[in-house]
Amino acid sequence: MSAASPVAIFWDEFKESRIAVAALAVVLLIFALALAAPFISPQNPYNLAELSLMDARRPPGFVGSKGYTHWLGTDGQGRDLLSAILYGLRISIQMGVIAGGIAFSLGATLGAFAAFIGGRTEALIMRIIDLQLSFPAILLALVLAAVLGQGKWQLITALVAAQYAYFARTAHGAASSERSKDYVDAALSTPLSTARVVFRHILPNCLPPLIVVATVQVANAIALEATLSFLGLGLPVSEPSLGMLIAHGFQYMLSGRYWISIYPGVALIVLIVAINLVGDQVRDQLNPRLRR
Amino acid sequence: MTPLIVVDRVSKRFRPSLSLGEKIAAGLGSPVETRTVHAVDHVSLVIRKGEVLGLVGESGCGKSTLGRVIAGIHPPSEGAARIDGEPIMSDARTPVKATTRIQMIFQDPFASLDPRIRIGETIAEGPIAHGLVSKGKAAAYAGEWLRRVGMPADAAGRFPHQFSGGQRQRIAIARALAMQPDVLICDEPVASLDVSIQAQIVNLFLQLRRELGLTMLFISHDLGVVRHISDRIAVMYLGRIVETGPSAEVYARPRHPYTRALLDSVPKLVTGADEMVTFKPIMGELPSPLSPPPGCHFHLRCPKVQPLCKAEAPTLVGEARAVACHFPLPD
Repeated sequence: MSAASPVAIFWDEFKESRIAVAALAVVLLIFALALAAPFISPQNPYNLAELSLMDARRPPGFVGSKGYTHWLGTDGQGRDLLSAILYGLRISIQMGVIAGGIAFSLGATLGAFAAFIGGRTEALIMRIIDLQLSFPAILLALVLAAVLGQGKWQLITALVAAQYAYFARTAHGAASSERSKDYVDAALSTPLSTARVVFRHILPNCLPPLIVVATVQVANAIALEATLSFLGLGLPVSEPSLGMLIAHGFQYMLSGRYWISIYPGVALIVLIVAINLVGDQVRDQLNPRLRR
Repeated sequence: MTPLIVVDRVSKRFRPSLSLGEKIAAGLGSPVETRTVHAVDHVSLVIRKGEVLGLVGESGCGKSTLGRVIAGIHPPSEGAARIDGEPIMSDARTPVKATTRIQMIFQDPFASLDPRIRIGETIAEGPIAHGLVSKGKAAAYAGEWLRRVGMPADAAGRFPHQFSGGQRQRIAIARALAMQPDVLICDEPVASLDVSIQAQIVNLFLQLRRELGLTMLFISHDLGVVRHISDRIAVMYLGRIVETGPSAEVYARPRHPYTRALLDSVPKLVTGADEMVTFKPIMGELPSPLSPPPGCHFHLRCPKVQPLCKAEAPTLVGEARAVACHFPLPD
């Protein structure tokens, strides 16, 4: 009775790509480090009482006034960079996952309903989404972040607004082809409510392409958040995310204090590249045209 | 017998939905298909309580579309279908099905069951949504219907891909029957099954009909299956009904030249004769429903065509035995 579950089959195929497995390990490691940041980092970089300007801008390996080694050096306020990066990753991942999750639910629902209802409603919704996709997401996010001001939820709103359209477009495409299948007609002839047909029947069948978009979009949300923070439109200065750490270190780059910008940058790149590699493998596996 | 379902001058047209770009292109004269398909063209039909009405015709004649209109999946473009005088579709701006008394069984049981939902939920979700059974008793209820269609009750915990075509069709029948319908619309329910399985499913239909007193519309292009199961027959050609009547009479003495041709086109085994197989294919092909011929739709292929046939469409005349032909074959 227990034929191999779809998840087990998926994992068997996933294992064949060593790069993807390594990338997944990196992603999981970074997520674990970020989650455990308060317990493993030597310092709470958000607690100003723990910072000492005496230790500011010290190179990697410097033993600070509190008696422990700053393995990645310190920034302009005397923050331990390793701690700041771990906390920064925590915020970046949090932003990326929350914004990605909300954009996923909102966009997928909108796209699937548009495809199901059809007619003018569909045309109107999809034209708005096409319009939005035709100009860069960063532009919309910038404008919204500037208008809404600083703060976690304002930033999440900006990220969601910049990203939901990708989910809506994908969900609409998948749902349009599901819409014409007999199991949807069967649900209509029962009849079941529109909400039930869309949420219980159509959307679960649209999941594979949406999962692919989701992995890529979480990475994009993290990058977008870093960009906004770098430009000073992200989170409050007292709780620096990776983008803001890079921005702060930027002014010291040419004076030889490279570490303030470089290490947060490396952390960001490793995270984004790893997520994208996992996403690539998932896409290859879920795309029937690329199947061997 | 009283008519349970009345189909009153129902038409169903499909218009190609054009994007703005295609509309502009069509306006500028590029070859974009803008014509409307008349899948069902002013069809009137009754299904009496307790009978099995067979609906036969070639592929593309609109019989599936008619079935879906009666099942409340497609709202008709014109006319209305009613059950016991009640409309099947609500008359809101976006019509929805207003009855659970009609349920449908589809041709392809690989497509008609949601692949991501367990059999038990597939069967029970409709009855739960319409208050036929409580959530707590849903599992037992689904199991009971599985048993009635000859499936083990533990099938409820599995997914559709774990079953064969015949088993899936049984599951689809259980889903339809779990809604406790009075009428079953069966759209080519055995066409995609192996011949050996076809007989099992047809027998299941006959058994369930006896047990539950079901009224059925049995849509098929397989004249043998329809003859076996139907009390009355309706023959459809390019969106119109051309002949109806008790099935024994229609098979024995078809009155419309199309029915005659359709019956003659079935390969028959003639036992004892030297010639093993005799059949006469119908000349030509079904014309495109995008541009149906004027007058009688069958005149392009009719062996008895007259000038009147090309000019004027015949109406369906008669009560128990009705035929839409200017020059019907002798009774």
